[in-house]
Amino acid sequence: MTVMQHIWIVLGVLFVLLNIAAGLIWVERRLLALWQDRLGPNRAGPLGIFIVLADTLKLFFKEDWIPPFADKWVFITAPAIVAGSVLLSFVIIPFAPGIVVADLNVGLLFFLAMSSLGVYSIVLGGWASNNKYALLGAMRGASQMIAYEVFMGLSLMGVVMITGSFNMGDIVDAQKNVWFCFTQPLGFIIFFIAGVAETHRLPFDIPEAESELIAGFHAEYSGMKFGMFFIGEYLGITLISAMTVTLFFGGWHGPAFLPPLAWFALKTILFLGLFILLRASLPRPRYDQLIEYGWKVLLPVVLANLMITGAIALWLKST
Amino acid sequence: MLSNLRTMWLVFVHLFKKKATVQYPEEKNTLRPRWRGRIVLTKDPDGGERCVGCYLCAAACPVDCIALQATEDKDGRRYPEFFRINFSRCIFCGYCEEACPTYAIQLIPDFEMAEYNRQNLVFEKEDLLIDSQGKYPGYNFYKVAGMDAGVKKKGEGENEEPPVDIYSLLP
Repeated sequence: MTVMQHIWIVLGVLFVLLNIAAGLIWVERRLLALWQDRLGPNRAGPLGIFIVLADTLKLFFKEDWIPPFADKWVFITAPAIVAGSVLLSFVIIPFAPGIVVADLNVGLLFFLAMSSLGVYSIVLGGWASNNKYALLGAMRGASQMIAYEVFMGLSLMGVVMITGSFNMGDIVDAQKNVWFCFTQPLGFIIFFIAGVAETHRLPFDIPEAESELIAGFHAEYSGMKFGMFFIGEYLGITLISAMTVTLFFGGWHGPAFLPPLAWFALKTILFLGLFILLRASLPRPRYDQLIEYGWKVLLPVVLANLMITGAIALWLKST
Repeated sequence: MLSNLRTMWLVFVHLFKKKATVQYPEEKNTLRPRWRGRIVLTKDPDGGERCVGCYLCAAACPVDCIALQATEDKDGRRYPEFFRINFSRCIFCGYCEEACPTYAIQLIPDFEMAEYNRQNLVFEKEDLLIDSQGKYPGYNFYKVAGMDAGVKKKGEGENEEPPVDIYSLLP
């Protein structure tokens, strides 16, 4: 691959991702509305798609206010971290054969590392805001993300055991015949739950629980700084959807009548819809319920899954 | 867990349900006849104003948005000299309609009265007066009132007996 090709791939991925993050504003509002027997924004432009433009312009022109009591530099860095770390995670995702920004041999570990870095934005943002609600949100966010980070990593280890590689390309190739969601159903379910918690999307939006904490860790943010958290969240759900597709649903594999990239996009869009469906249907658990559910239910299950997978893998190897 | 999945399925099915939204400027809601909307002043069957300027509507109005001044014509018939409703204050409670003894003031099913200028929401008598009898066709207050105000002579109204001659001893 030439340098020019590489640059084009990087720019293309960045362009598509940022547009998806913006477009999800419209998709989410329309879908939520449809599931609530409403129509949603349908006035501006065809099907109301220009609501994205209106929302973005609004965010750009809002007063970008830094509270006088805030820790200024940390306050400014926090939103950059969330968008940055999520965008960096996309580096390792193989969108189609040959379309991957960096084919790392520790791809999966890189993804886990980057999603762990995301917790810094919440903690720093909440701490620098110097606001009790923001701090409470940050504290919750930190404990939730650290708890669910564990299961996320462990749930993926089954896939790694079967494939024998951390490389995302190898993992996709290993699913040529059978997708890992059939051989690793528990791993898939736990990864998805952990992914929802990791992106602190509803129903696990404990750090920003609107009814309890106003807006949680980003209560003090406005304008485009809030917009970065917003984009980070949408990029996060895109990332988790893309990762679920890559790890458990065969990535770009699919019947030949569609190109690989289309299969990947289709599957990812389905999972984006699932994220929004989760938001539309499930209520938020209490903070302690969430943590208890994580440590007392998911951790034993994921460890059992890991051991059984390991045992079967060893047995297959010996026979 | 199963109940969660069931919830998600039931919510998903709503995708295909009929939407509750009425796309307003293109589709209109049906307004019922008793909808309390814009306030009008009606006229009696003979084309005269029904309002007798009794101030009861202004007194009943909880937000004091009605202002009027009563006056009399040469026959002694009372009518408002001016009648002003400030619709930027009106809460469409309908108390004025309830208070009105002559069915003059009525609320009609019309709510589309948005204006760019607040001053345009102050309606004068010529804006309020409509050429219709509203909800009570055939009613003319001066036909059933005891007094002679140029509509009928004393004792000639509906259900009205001729005046008693108080100086006569005859039964």
